[in-house]
Amino acid sequence: MSTIFDCRCSEKVGGLFPEIDVPAKGAERLIDPKHLRKQPLRIPDVSEPQVTRHYTKLSKLNFGVDDGFYPLGSCTMKYNPKLNEAMASLPGFAGLHPRSDEGRSQGALQLMFELTGFLRGIAGMADVSLQPVAGAHGELAGMFLFKKYFEMRGEDNRKRILLPDTAHGTNPASAAYAGFSVTEVASDETGMIDLEALDQVLDDTVAGIMLTVPNTLGIFETNILQVTEKVHAAGGLCYFDGANLNSYLGKTRPGDMGADVFHYNLHKTMSTPHGGGGPGAGPIAVSESLAAYLPVPRVRFEDGRYALDWDCPNSIGSVHSFYGNFLVAVRAFAYILQLGDEGLREVSKNAVLNANYLQERLKKTFSLPYDGLCKHEFVVSGKGLADGISTLDIAKRLIDYGVHPPTIYFPLTVKEAIMIEPTETESKETLDRFAEILETVAREAKEDPQLLHDAPTQAPVRRLDQTYAAKNPVLSYPFEEQPQ
Amino acid sequence: MRYIPNTSADQREMLASIGVSSIEELFADIPESVRNRFQPLNLPARSEMEVASVVSEMADRNKPTDAICFLGGGIYDHYVPSVVGNLLSRSEFVTAYTPYQPEISQGTLTAMFEFQTYVCELTGMDIANASMYDGATAMAEAVLMAERTRKRGAVAVPRSLFSHVRRALDTYCWATDIEIHEIGYLPDGTVDLELLPEQLSAVVIQTPNAFGVIESLEGVKDRIGDALLIVSCHPLSLALLQPPGAYGADIVVAEGQSLGLAMGYGGPLLGLFAARQEHLRQMPGRIAGRTVDVDGKTGYAMAAQTREQHIRRHRATSNICTNSALCALASTIYLSSAGSAGLKQLAALNLEKAHYLADGITAIEGYELAFTGDFFNEFIVNVPGNAAVIHDALVQAGFAVEEPQALQSLGLDNALRFAVTERRTKDELDRLIEVLGGSR
Amino acid sequence: MAYPTDYRYTKDHEWIQLQGNRARIGITDHAQAELGDIVFVELPAVGTAVQKDDNVGTVESVKAVGDVLSPAAGTVVAVNEGLESAPETINSAPHVDGWILDLEIGNLADLDDTMDAAAYESFAGGA
Repeated sequence: MSTIFDCRCSEKVGGLFPEIDVPAKGAERLIDPKHLRKQPLRIPDVSEPQVTRHYTKLSKLNFGVDDGFYPLGSCTMKYNPKLNEAMASLPGFAGLHPRSDEGRSQGALQLMFELTGFLRGIAGMADVSLQPVAGAHGELAGMFLFKKYFEMRGEDNRKRILLPDTAHGTNPASAAYAGFSVTEVASDETGMIDLEALDQVLDDTVAGIMLTVPNTLGIFETNILQVTEKVHAAGGLCYFDGANLNSYLGKTRPGDMGADVFHYNLHKTMSTPHGGGGPGAGPIAVSESLAAYLPVPRVRFEDGRYALDWDCPNSIGSVHSFYGNFLVAVRAFAYILQLGDEGLREVSKNAVLNANYLQERLKKTFSLPYDGLCKHEFVVSGKGLADGISTLDIAKRLIDYGVHPPTIYFPLTVKEAIMIEPTETESKETLDRFAEILETVAREAKEDPQLLHDAPTQAPVRRLDQTYAAKNPVLSYPFEEQPQ
Repeated sequence: MRYIPNTSADQREMLASIGVSSIEELFADIPESVRNRFQPLNLPARSEMEVASVVSEMADRNKPTDAICFLGGGIYDHYVPSVVGNLLSRSEFVTAYTPYQPEISQGTLTAMFEFQTYVCELTGMDIANASMYDGATAMAEAVLMAERTRKRGAVAVPRSLFSHVRRALDTYCWATDIEIHEIGYLPDGTVDLELLPEQLSAVVIQTPNAFGVIESLEGVKDRIGDALLIVSCHPLSLALLQPPGAYGADIVVAEGQSLGLAMGYGGPLLGLFAARQEHLRQMPGRIAGRTVDVDGKTGYAMAAQTREQHIRRHRATSNICTNSALCALASTIYLSSAGSAGLKQLAALNLEKAHYLADGITAIEGYELAFTGDFFNEFIVNVPGNAAVIHDALVQAGFAVEEPQALQSLGLDNALRFAVTERRTKDELDRLIEVLGGSR
Repeated sequence: MAYPTDYRYTKDHEWIQLQGNRARIGITDHAQAELGDIVFVELPAVGTAVQKDDNVGTVESVKAVGDVLSPAAGTVVAVNEGLESAPETINSAPHVDGWILDLEIGNLADLDDTMDAAAYESFAGGA
């Protein structure tokens, strides 16, 4: 794969900016020459046609939701409405500097205020901050809120966060990053939190629990109310990871299940695009007891005006440069406006229907560790399909059939896990086709396993040697290797 | 429902194959007491046309192009070439996920590799990651990384750090029990490194700093013992200035918005993060590395993943998962289309125009630069009379200038900050000078 | 690969070759197979004092990290520096050349919960 650095340089490209219109004095006269760059920048000068061809070619090496089925469990790869893109590029939003006078930002502030209201309502919780810019960022902010809560109460011995063994990696990472230690709580044979195990670890050193609801097996914790009651009774708080909100959007609310902090992934549930790894947005909703600690600034509406409120003496401070990923919030706002209450409800109905339909069909071919009602996603296992065939082999072979593989090797509690989340924006036809592909690959695994071991053969590159990459890290273009 | 392909016939078939008679039955696992607790938001479903109308009206009310922008403080009004938005909007880039399946993500991964290379080039550092959320959290993560490496429990942070970066740093350091020692500044606006406490995990310097003043990094690394030197810089200025890597910085962070991103009312932004090779294992964030496939063809994959949360979990070097990938791509395309010549020209335009404005303003009686240190494209002026009144006059005249209260946290009581980019024409600069001259 | 019968084994998939009070420690063939190609080994500093079950190092493959836990309280007296440039030795020769550290053990009774080769083999088989 050639990089822009491999393109032939042109002599002098220019043409983007006009000639200088003020009398130029020269850099050496304006600043001390000792500050001036000595080494030339090895940034290539390439003509625009070359730049365009290069990145267009790169894009064609990618696979996005717009290309085909993308059943990545835990990621909610639903269709990204193009209306949202148009709204986010409106000059009144895109061209607005965050330090603009409030008088010139009323439209932006109103959008943030109204979106905050929608997210409060959807969560059924007291207040919301749009400031965190990713799910993990929301988790971190949530952990900061826990810390503040106990600090204000003088309970500084509460240093432990409980997590189920099915937790997403960001959960323990966020807890640890905020200075907590983590204690795993085992799941029982139904894949849900073992209430007895929970009882054993609950004491007054526990700050709280981080739960994903439904859990990462796609199973709704039917004892969720008992779990949160127990944690509250022990003086702890409950954090709900909202990555799986697509399964109960418009149906139930984390606030009613005992959540004290809940984060949204707008780039999952609210259809904003994933962008190859962001930008996303991870707004947090909180219960009344934590509202005063939310990050500053808050957005207020008083006397007919929207304003930023920095005067929150008990706030944890800020976790972002400004107000969060505003242009991502614009997309989510447009999405919610378009869907309305009825549309929000239809999301979870169809997401859950699609997942259960697919689970029912695929369990005939793959081992299904937890065979019962799932929500918007489910986990099967590649174990036992055929000798010497791993889930990795299955995933790579799916690429040859033009679908993006599901999430693999997560959650950690299922060996050779394959986590499938179809989302509501896929048709029955697509699901049937996907099932057929998986059934074909399962047959190949038994009859012609080399096809899986060699896969992918239909992708821009074959299987990449990650061991070589790890042992001989080349993390930027090696200019020294190239002939001048 | 526009985004839901299934028909009611499809739904009936699917329900039959599952063996239930209604979708409602599929929610039986939610405890009955909470199963139907959603309270409508009183939002009707709306057509695309209606939504566009409602949201456009909100956007129109902001009228940012009605004011000539001299706002700065980390976010700048730069010209973004058309090719950036055009290529960025390709759905294969926009609608792809994180590149966990590298064979079908070579577009994203190759661009990440290019971006990392650009960041290393600009900053003069060995390694860079594929982006953090923004410059403020990049700084916070740099401090946490230094603390993991040195474990001294304290860092030195200059008063001349952008206040929005300081605010986030205060929060992260409070949460992780890292003590912040604030260091002051000299009359010329540069950081005062006398009387640095000992036992620091890091010393932080921003250049150009919040006053717009360029710091001298020469010899700093030698004066701070084995504390890590963390430098926050302005990426565009690096086309003109010596990079922090040349002075032995350990970690370099920056806000990358000025490299081809919309201002977007403050988000999404782009955190740049670079470090010395020896710090690779402690570095947060995703990194793309070059490798080969089974046929020996060059390709790219995520490298050193064992640092990250999906493998290391509670011992990861960061909890970061989603970062700012599409923004990093925007910067990559921007830098590729400007090229080194374009960047040099850009830096010169910013430098010269800012100095032209500063000269014009300080020629007016009562106006003087708050600091004598060298500056790039941003400077602070002490004003005669009442800064708030002058600010209002400028706003009335159609200029966007930051309110003077914003500078109070930096210790400036009666001053205004001006950032000048290549977009500001001589006419606009002359007009601002005229308005100030007239408002005495 | 056969498990040396004169070694002891822990439930964390480590082997111990004991000579008096000095124990040579590494990870088992089962462990290296689970990890995959090993690309990096983090070794403790010689002289480090450790408690039983303390983390004394890590073994990293591309997709996983394995902790090396000290089977007993003691002091690290030697480490296998060759692993710095050739971590893959653990994959090819986990029980001999792929040794990780030597530990001077304070109390041999700490090793009472270890298994013999036969017991480990069936333990690992079921894992």
